[in-house]
Amino acid sequence: MYHLIVFLPLIGAILAGIIALAGARQRHPGAVGPVDAFHSDHHGGHAAHADHGHSAHGQEAHGHDDHGHDHAHDDHHDHGPVEPPAANSRLAELITTGLLIVSALLSWVAFFDVAWSGNDAHVTVMRWVTAGTLHFDWAFRIDTLTAVMLVVVNSVSALVHLYSIGYMHEDPHRPRFFGYLSLFTFAMLMLVTSDNLVQLFFGWEGVGLASYLLIGFWYKKPSACAAAIKAFVVNRVGDFGFALGIFACFVIFGSVEFETIFASAPGAAEKTINFLGHDWPALTVTCLLLFMGAMGKSAQLGLHTWLPDAMEGPTPVSALIHAATMVTAGVFLVARMSPLFEHSHTALEVVTIVGAMTAIFAATVGLVQNDIKRVIAYSTCSQLGYMFVALGVGAYGVGIFHLFTHAFFKALLFLGSGSVIHAMHHEQDMRKMGGLRRLIPVTYWMMVIGTLALTGFPLTAGYFSKDAVIEAAYAAHSGPGLFGFWMTVLAALLTSFYSWRLIFMTFHGAPRASLETMSHVHESPKVMLVPLLVLSLGALFAGLAFKGDFIGHHEKEFWAEALFRSEHNEIIHHMHEVPAWVVYSPFVMMVIGFALAWLFYIRKPHLPAKLAESQRLLYAFLLNKWYFDELYEVVFVRPAKWIGRFLWKTGDGRIIDGLGPDGISARVVDVTNRVVRLQTGYVYHYAFAMLIGVAAIFTWFMVRGL
Amino acid sequence: MTDWPILSLLTFLPLVGVLFLLAIRGDDEFSLKNIRHIALWTTVVNFVFSCVLWAKFDHAAAGFQFVEQAEWLGGAINYRMGVDGISTPFIILTAFLMPFCILASWNSITHRVKEYMIAFLVLETLMIGVFCALDLVLFYLFFEGGLIPMFLIIGIWGGKRRVYASFKFFLYTLLGSLLMLVGILAMYGTAGTTDIQALLQYKFPAGMQTWLWLGFFASFAVKMPMWPVHTWLPDAHVEAPTAGSVILAGILLKMGGYGFLRFSLPMFPLASEQFAPLVFTLSVVAIIYTSLVALMQEDIKKLIAYSSVAHMGFVTMGIFTLNAQGVQGAVFQMVSHGIVSGALFLCVGVVYDRMHTREIAAFGGLVNRMPWYAAAFLVFTMANVGLPGTSGFVGEFLTLMGAFKANTWVAFFATTGVILSAGYALWLYRKVVFGEMTKPSLEGIADLNRREIAILVPLVLLTVLFGVWPAPILDMSAASVDGILNTATAAIEAAGKTAAR
Repeated sequence: MYHLIVFLPLIGAILAGIIALAGARQRHPGAVGPVDAFHSDHHGGHAAHADHGHSAHGQEAHGHDDHGHDHAHDDHHDHGPVEPPAANSRLAELITTGLLIVSALLSWVAFFDVAWSGNDAHVTVMRWVTAGTLHFDWAFRIDTLTAVMLVVVNSVSALVHLYSIGYMHEDPHRPRFFGYLSLFTFAMLMLVTSDNLVQLFFGWEGVGLASYLLIGFWYKKPSACAAAIKAFVVNRVGDFGFALGIFACFVIFGSVEFETIFASAPGAAEKTINFLGHDWPALTVTCLLLFMGAMGKSAQLGLHTWLPDAMEGPTPVSALIHAATMVTAGVFLVARMSPLFEHSHTALEVVTIVGAMTAIFAATVGLVQNDIKRVIAYSTCSQLGYMFVALGVGAYGVGIFHLFTHAFFKALLFLGSGSVIHAMHHEQDMRKMGGLRRLIPVTYWMMVIGTLALTGFPLTAGYFSKDAVIEAAYAAHSGPGLFGFWMTVLAALLTSFYSWRLIFMTFHGAPRASLETMSHVHESPKVMLVPLLVLSLGALFAGLAFKGDFIGHHEKEFWAEALFRSEHNEIIHHMHEVPAWVVYSPFVMMVIGFALAWLFYIRKPHLPAKLAESQRLLYAFLLNKWYFDELYEVVFVRPAKWIGRFLWKTGDGRIIDGLGPDGISARVVDVTNRVVRLQTGYVYHYAFAMLIGVAAIFTWFMVRGL
Repeated sequence: MTDWPILSLLTFLPLVGVLFLLAIRGDDEFSLKNIRHIALWTTVVNFVFSCVLWAKFDHAAAGFQFVEQAEWLGGAINYRMGVDGISTPFIILTAFLMPFCILASWNSITHRVKEYMIAFLVLETLMIGVFCALDLVLFYLFFEGGLIPMFLIIGIWGGKRRVYASFKFFLYTLLGSLLMLVGILAMYGTAGTTDIQALLQYKFPAGMQTWLWLGFFASFAVKMPMWPVHTWLPDAHVEAPTAGSVILAGILLKMGGYGFLRFSLPMFPLASEQFAPLVFTLSVVAIIYTSLVALMQEDIKKLIAYSSVAHMGFVTMGIFTLNAQGVQGAVFQMVSHGIVSGALFLCVGVVYDRMHTREIAAFGGLVNRMPWYAAAFLVFTMANVGLPGTSGFVGEFLTLMGAFKANTWVAFFATTGVILSAGYALWLYRKVVFGEMTKPSLEGIADLNRREIAILVPLVLLTVLFGVWPAPILDMSAASVDGILNTATAAIEAAGKTAAR
């Protein structure tokens, strides 16, 4: 069964890929005969090359040129919506969506089997790498944590596939789109089912690839291409830490397989590891390195800059990848590695603090964004911070519970906003919306449900999970825990404000779009609304239905061995004993946020502009997302380019070549010139001596260090 | 194992093809067709034989197999051939890449076709010879002989600055090899034999090891190429015809790494340990330095060439970690890089054949016209970035793992390479493939033809296959790598004990 759950999406991806490639081949047949049929004036070094192949294949070459004209014609159409859809688009949709639905249903079966009947499983698929004592397989480790993730990933993915049939209806490249979606799902499944760190890393980077491809799906848009690269590279910064963490695990435990690592984790608690010249507590270093990976994937403060830009991708992608599943991989990683984190107090504190800071940071930025998707993106970022706060105080079950409920209501919000964008003909700026409530009522109510759940309205999904996070933070009774508590409470206020702001700006008030646009606003087709309805059920009831299992009285039996808590960790117990004001505080915050949003956007709509005017600096600071992008541009991107150019032109060109091959010949030719040069003392001579010196010193230090 | 000399056959079969080519006279269309087909089928048959070698290879044995021996040059220096788990992957890789090189030159070479094909077949003989030779002198002949056809390929069929590039290539490699030659003479003087198997048993005194190591290092470092003797490579790549670049990146660069594994590690273990920090430093500098330089390139081939230097940095680093993960990773990385960088250069060749330029700025939006090309190029780009699931990952991961065991500083700095490689590779892909197709010169560009598909599809499949199932290479090299490491560590420990006493 687990083979099916994981590999059905892969099969779908491959088939859709084949359909996409076959369709592309029909549209753009390959070259016939020699390919260098044109631009014979351009030859350069190949001067002699025109004599043969050409005359013989002249006829074909000519036919080829004609071909070029056909394409030029096509190209004209590319700009408009009239480009014909890829062949067999419907087939690709049906295959991928069908397989995903099967996989999702099987996931629920697996969920009940594992979580409720306790039938954990371990499946080895095949050998992967053996090198010396290092060995790991392609294998599945199925426990409750995995089962929960299977349900989340496959359910949301299946719904997003279905939704995309409607949303991407006019796109000419649907087979490719569905192929990428299924590829993403496969990689995500490999991630959550992995029984070792390297396979997890495979899924980790695999979802990164799919995310890159999907963000850059509309590859003609320069902003989409830039966002795709940014997402990949920023994630790689996190993966840098993740990879080092895997290496550290191998050095400490002699294995990268969870079974072995977890079994020997308690014994390693006192160990130290030499990392970068110092002896550190082994588990703290390892956990922090792994957490760096988690920060990248889950867009935590510092490595979050890619997530808002990722909204360049089609909206279903944002719902699936950048809200419900991929970005939660970091949370999953920390929960999965709970047997390690549990032994490192320091690492857990870092997790809490980073999570709390992200929660508040992203919420402040979300307050002033005008792009409907970016508001939700920052909200996601903020909610991921909540999850990390819970993990950091040792309440792993609470973190995963929030992950679980968040997947439903955030996917709902994204797909709902997709429905709005669909209705508005790809308008995403909320300043050009307003008054849509009556025109798209189903979408409106779906968005309201999502918002209620996100802000933690009583008895909705978010109410249980989010309040549990806040209570757990308080119950930790530690400095970082308290910090997490206050930040998350404050963020709850901001969350409520920006969520309702979104609803009011989009659906209420007077329409700000042109009459022409408003007259074309239409409710989305059923194929898009059904996934919304299903998700809204999750957003309403997932909390109530699963509370007892995830964080309530059955949580010990439910999680079994999947999440580890040391005997000193009584957080769940303390959580139920927090004072009443703590329990009520998120609710109060939600009400205040709602009231403020109502005041600002319904009652006195001129207020926001006035406030922005009076607090111009603060407004610009928030609007520009605390200037992180600008900072990174100055600190990393530009210096890297400058150094690259310097090393190329000066390092390679003037120093190495200048003193090496070019220099030798020059010197043989003119000895006197050389004497002069030495006397005048070119800067690069010194620079070269310096480089050698640095290398020598570095070498010496390493010899000493060994 | 086999009673027929399969290694000699593999080595010299291409020369038989050369004889046939020499018999063809004339420059008409018919003879050209014959020339191309003879070259192609010679290399294909040779590849089939290399598969026989693969099939009959004994994975459990650490020592040399298929050993051949014949009297040559008056007894002291003999003709000795043999392979182990380290050389066999490279022989198969060489034989595998050759048919693609011939195919890639099918239409793009129209000038002195016969001489071109002869140069390639001779090159194949010399390259396979390098990996088979079990005699120092024989090795040296093959190793240096390979310089000549490559020099000619760049110098005659190269681009505009071909003379400069081939001169630079020659100068660098020659200087390196002279020092190695001195080392070989010194070894013969001390040990009294040039038999590699005997030399592997011979224990050179520690002081002498240092000098011998440096002599060999000079040659291998240039071949790899390591920083700072790498600047010949970008020029050579840019000027070489596509197939020349494939062989250069795919095989010739691997000879340095092979040399380290065959000579430096097992024969001079004490010096290897002593100089490991130097190699680490140079490798780390290479990874970071050339990756940064690659970020700024304006020529596609130059970018890939610089990325090759960075990837070879992982190899040298892995070799001198002196642990199983590092060394096996290095072997794997070399094979994988042979496939991936070869494929990347073939991809450049595809667009070069169409546009006769390699300037990144001349392209953009190719996916609109060349979806299949875009797909293949994506796979190789991802392998170049070291994405798990492609062959590029396994080698990088293992060498870094080995480095972390040996020295965390090295691993720390080397791992930054994974960030930088993502930067330059994706930037290249975005500039060439993604975007709107706005340049009028690209209007008529057509997707891959059948010949190009036949070249790229097997490479795509191998790239993914070895990423998911690297066992064929890892298992083949495991026993031999263990053997080398055991000898080396035993020697180092013994020396340590003597010193302690």
